[in-house]
Amino acid sequence: MQRTLSKFDLPKEKYVFVSGIGCSSRFPYYMNNYGFHSIHGRAPTIATGLRCVNSDLSIWVITGDGDGLSIGGNHLIHSMRRNINFNILLVNNRIYGLTKGQYSPTSPIGQVTKSSPLGSIDYPINALCIAIASEATFIARTLDSIPAHMGSVFERAMKHKGISFVEIYQNCNIFNDKAFEPVTGRDNRDDRMVMLEHGKPLVFGKSKDKAIRLNGLKTEVVPYQEGMDAKDLLVHNENDPEPNYAYILTQMEHPEMPVPFGVFRNITKPTYDEMLESQVQDAIKKRGKGDLKELIYGRDTWTVK
Amino acid sequence: MSGLTEIKTKTKKSVVAASSITIRFAGDSGDGMQLTGDQFTDTAAVMGNDFSTLPDFPAEIRAPAGTLPGVSSFQIQFSKDIIFTPGDLSDVLIAMNPAALKVNLENVKKGGLIFINETVFDEAHLKKAGWKQNPLEGGVLKDFQLIKVPLSALTANALKDHPLKLSEVERCKNFFALGIVFWLYDRTLEHTVNWIQKRFAKRPEIVNANIAALKAGYNYADITEALPVQFQVREAKLEPGTYRKITGNEATAIGFVTAAHLANKTLFYGSYPITPASSILHELAPYKNYGVKTFQAEDEIAAVGAAIGASFGGQIGVTGTSGPGICLKSEAINLAIMAELPLIVIDAQRGGPSTGMPTKTEQADLLQVLFGRNGESPIAVVAPKTPSDCFQMAVEAVRIAMKYMTPVIFLSEGNIANAAEPWKLPELEQLPKLEAKHPVAGKDPFYPYARDQKTLARPWAIPGTPGLEHRIGGLAKADLTGNVSYDGENNQKMVNYRAEKIRRIADDIPEQEVLGPKSGKLLVLGWGGTFGPIFQAVADLKAQGTQVSQAHLNYLNPFPKNLGNVLKQFEKVLIPELNSGQLLMLIRNAFPGTNVMGLHKIQCQPFKVEEITNKIRELI
Repeated sequence: MQRTLSKFDLPKEKYVFVSGIGCSSRFPYYMNNYGFHSIHGRAPTIATGLRCVNSDLSIWVITGDGDGLSIGGNHLIHSMRRNINFNILLVNNRIYGLTKGQYSPTSPIGQVTKSSPLGSIDYPINALCIAIASEATFIARTLDSIPAHMGSVFERAMKHKGISFVEIYQNCNIFNDKAFEPVTGRDNRDDRMVMLEHGKPLVFGKSKDKAIRLNGLKTEVVPYQEGMDAKDLLVHNENDPEPNYAYILTQMEHPEMPVPFGVFRNITKPTYDEMLESQVQDAIKKRGKGDLKELIYGRDTWTVK
Repeated sequence: MSGLTEIKTKTKKSVVAASSITIRFAGDSGDGMQLTGDQFTDTAAVMGNDFSTLPDFPAEIRAPAGTLPGVSSFQIQFSKDIIFTPGDLSDVLIAMNPAALKVNLENVKKGGLIFINETVFDEAHLKKAGWKQNPLEGGVLKDFQLIKVPLSALTANALKDHPLKLSEVERCKNFFALGIVFWLYDRTLEHTVNWIQKRFAKRPEIVNANIAALKAGYNYADITEALPVQFQVREAKLEPGTYRKITGNEATAIGFVTAAHLANKTLFYGSYPITPASSILHELAPYKNYGVKTFQAEDEIAAVGAAIGASFGGQIGVTGTSGPGICLKSEAINLAIMAELPLIVIDAQRGGPSTGMPTKTEQADLLQVLFGRNGESPIAVVAPKTPSDCFQMAVEAVRIAMKYMTPVIFLSEGNIANAAEPWKLPELEQLPKLEAKHPVAGKDPFYPYARDQKTLARPWAIPGTPGLEHRIGGLAKADLTGNVSYDGENNQKMVNYRAEKIRRIADDIPEQEVLGPKSGKLLVLGWGGTFGPIFQAVADLKAQGTQVSQAHLNYLNPFPKNLGNVLKQFEKVLIPELNSGQLLMLIRNAFPGTNVMGLHKIQCQPFKVEEITNKIRELI
């Protein structure tokens, strides 16, 4: 993150990191900026209020699978549908680490944890589906084990005006070690991850020999050769105004399909904070800047002598 | 539209002067009783009376028509004298249907006038209201002057040439009824006529019909033999000044806008709709040209979280709710206590526990706002005592929050929120100066938890200020640096600081005043919306030669520093509260040895003056 920030001209006092509770939430303490380590699940609400009264700051909400998708799920949804201008980094390790190892909303069914000794019977939630259903304008997935990828996604999130939602696959080496290993492990990743590039077919495999195409509404893997006609292949379009395509990408899950990483969706529409401020400015233009005399004495008064 | 020219020449009826009149409009929640009451109130204001209102409506948007739970009523006392309550019992009841009569009969004085809409006193309506016998026959109403008006039929007749649907004609009957009452009390129709024209400007046929119904009602009253006398209530001798009619929630909204303006800051109001606080959000939303930013949040927690975010950003963060919302906000309020940020939390109390009686009044959240959080979490609490007092207490809440870097609870009540009274407008020059201090980087290192020696407030450093980058949060804080600290001794020190900070507010608020003698047999101590009935009770007893004193608290935490001394001067202290004795418990704890007793009412209705006078008589 610090490396990402150093690429921008914004001075350090202009960054604010807001977190809730959980492993992810210690993040503000590792930064030399303004920080607010708040309460469980509520970081987006604090970021919302701060953004509404200050348009200069670069505001980052750091959350996790428990903080953001369980206790704070409501705020996550509503921040995204409002398209308020801040960034949400959701660090997903598929476990409750701070409370020492209970299953989380993203833990796979059957996972054995301290609170599910016989295996979890909760179906997991897909963070990016929530983001798409909430019509977030910037949606991405990255992973801790490829820092360069993570850095480039953060950079794009920062540049995006409106809400940015980034899911980060993060390994918890204490309570859920190697949860993502089958997908992101060094030996597997070429065949099990597909890196999204705008305008290009979804090509993956050690020797770039596989691509994705649609069969009805389902994705399937087909052989690929460089230079082949791409018209039957799925070509990545992060600017698609409709959410359907991005949703299909979120359904690509291990082991049936390679898992997509990168920017799923990147569209623009007016932000909540912008519209709020413009209502204020319009009202001032129309009615003049409010003064106290008008406020207190302005309506149906009578005088007693 | 010609103002009053259509009114027929007056019949010669005698006119009698009256000092105070209490009227109760009651009907189905679809009958427009609140609107009718509002119009009568506005006209009382225009005519210079003093007045006080008691809107009382069901929580359901539309309970089944004609049933008891669907009854909505509006009581107003208007007077040529200075009054403090909406009146105990009504001189006049306007009952639009049998259910309204049944619910409200107990609120009418013996000998009082009861108008009923005769058209709907049929078998079906009587049955829905649970009247086994028609009350118009037999002796049920023998103690009252009953005036049977076929309201629906007369309205339909008056509007027979108007191009309206039958259902629309039926909806005009409240104006017919209002016309009758306007005649009875010799009121001007002008204000209501203007209001109708403005309100229904887009539908001229509705304007015409409502005005015609109003005037038809007025004329009907003028010629009917059932009303031989007209009453006049002269203008009241209010203190000289400029006045407007105001409800508690309107005054609250204006107060917070004013405070933010005086502090040269943005007012950020985060709220989730909840009765009876919602109208504060409605009031504030149009004040955008004052820089007010309202945020209708996804839930109560988001509302307070966003307000805390705005405060962190250096502006005035306010959130408003009622008791159930306070439950949800508790954790976030504690965060603001720990982070030591200014924050105002409005609690417009309603009947509890749980969902309780959403549209009715109560004072049972006092202990909740003081103690309903985990850990040692002292907080400042202020309470307005009348609708107009909300203005001043809102400014006070902001002053305290900013100066002491603390959340402040603004403890209002349903009855204050919705009730209206004349508000003597403050001189702008006399409003306090509110100054927020924000540090900038200097030579010395910045400590986010260094404290002002006098107030113990920590500095309010705003994100974006170069050189003051720091982290705050809910984990225990080290003194000075605000770093996370698990040190026990440090924790005790910080707990003590936060408690002492709240205590020191007592040096910065007015001393407790006593109305009446400063010592004696009995002091009646109250807080919040019980001010009116206590004041009236004490005044009534004084007029009868019984000497009792009154003290009314605007500050509930901390108490005014002379309060203990005030109480000591009396043999007995009576605390009437709309709860089971919450202030009573606090006073017993803070001032042991005070001979204190309570008067408790938990019926979700304000005290009647008589209930307090009776209790006082019992004690002396």
